[in-house]
Amino acid sequence: MTFLKIGAFTFGGGYAMIPLIREEIVHRHRWMEDKDILDITAIAESTPGPIAINSATFVGSRVAGLPGAFAATFGVVLPSFVIIYVISFILRQFENFAAVRYAFFGVRAGVLALIVNALVSMYRQCSHDVFSWCVMGAALVLVAFARVNVLWVIAGCAAAGLLRTGIFEKTGRPPEGSEKESSV
Amino acid sequence: MILLDLFLTFFRIGAFTFGGGYAMLPLVQQEVEHHGWMSKEQLVNFIAVSESTPGPFAVNVSTYVGAVTGGLPGAFAATLGVVLPSFLIILIIAKFYERFRKATAVESAMRGLRPAVVGLIGASVWSIGREVFFRERIEQADFAAPQLYLSLGIFALAIYLSFGRHLHPVKIILISAACGIAAGVAGLL
Repeated sequence: MTFLKIGAFTFGGGYAMIPLIREEIVHRHRWMEDKDILDITAIAESTPGPIAINSATFVGSRVAGLPGAFAATFGVVLPSFVIIYVISFILRQFENFAAVRYAFFGVRAGVLALIVNALVSMYRQCSHDVFSWCVMGAALVLVAFARVNVLWVIAGCAAAGLLRTGIFEKTGRPPEGSEKESSV
Repeated sequence: MILLDLFLTFFRIGAFTFGGGYAMLPLVQQEVEHHGWMSKEQLVNFIAVSESTPGPFAVNVSTYVGAVTGGLPGAFAATLGVVLPSFLIILIIAKFYERFRKATAVESAMRGLRPAVVGLIGASVWSIGREVFFRERIEQADFAAPQLYLSLGIFALAIYLSFGRHLHPVKIILISAACGIAAGVAGLL
């Protein structure tokens, strides 16, 4: 159960966690090998849910089965949970202070820039072909302008991906391009 | 039954979002606004808080929304909801690991999901951008007020710092906060 402690300290750092996992799990504890780390990223990205939770559950489960998965996931969630729970009180008390309102006025514009940055880096990771552009455009228009439920759009796009493979099965297209890690 | 509602809503969010970080944002935005748990402005403010604290955005936002609407039990229900789908799915996958890796259906679905996430975040940029620059709706008066140009200026600066200088998100948030305070002290807000 040392995993719990490690989880709480290492995984707490947000999105730069894959290098941290490697450092802790491969180099320090030798619980897994380097090549397993690559698989973690692939699996965490192609299953629903936050990457941090997916990776922690996966590592924990591989290393120590169900208790390991539980301990690792708990370890990732606990620091966030405690910090945010405390912040939720502070935030509401200070929300109406003039200085805080001014600060958040600036911050909202800054956050928009961060989301644009995330958008660009995800666009770069995505394959660039007609099919992808059509899906992107459709998802954008349906949600931003037609106000279609996001859940339906996600389900529809997954179905489109499956259909596409069904149709192009025999053409033997080249596989996915880049596998870069998102930095945001 | 607020606790059950929180749990089920965040369970949905956990089960239907692919990819980390902001990939969750469009669905979180839809659900939180639909339930009236948070205004768009509060959500954008909270993204900044989430970026400045450790931990994944999904866990942070579920804990926060839960705490605000249902206290400690609410925070617990929402966070459990967002974590549970991942936890169960990964447990199963870890068992059938080799087969999952070779499954073409997963890769095919991801072919559609990856660009979908890009489009969905684009939609979030659109709606959050409107909120940041114009508030509720676009009016003639907005173009005369200094707020719009201040926001645009801070946004441009943040874009430059983020793309041009690759500054860490927390630094960008701090700098934009400083700009906001400076503008407020100068009497422009």
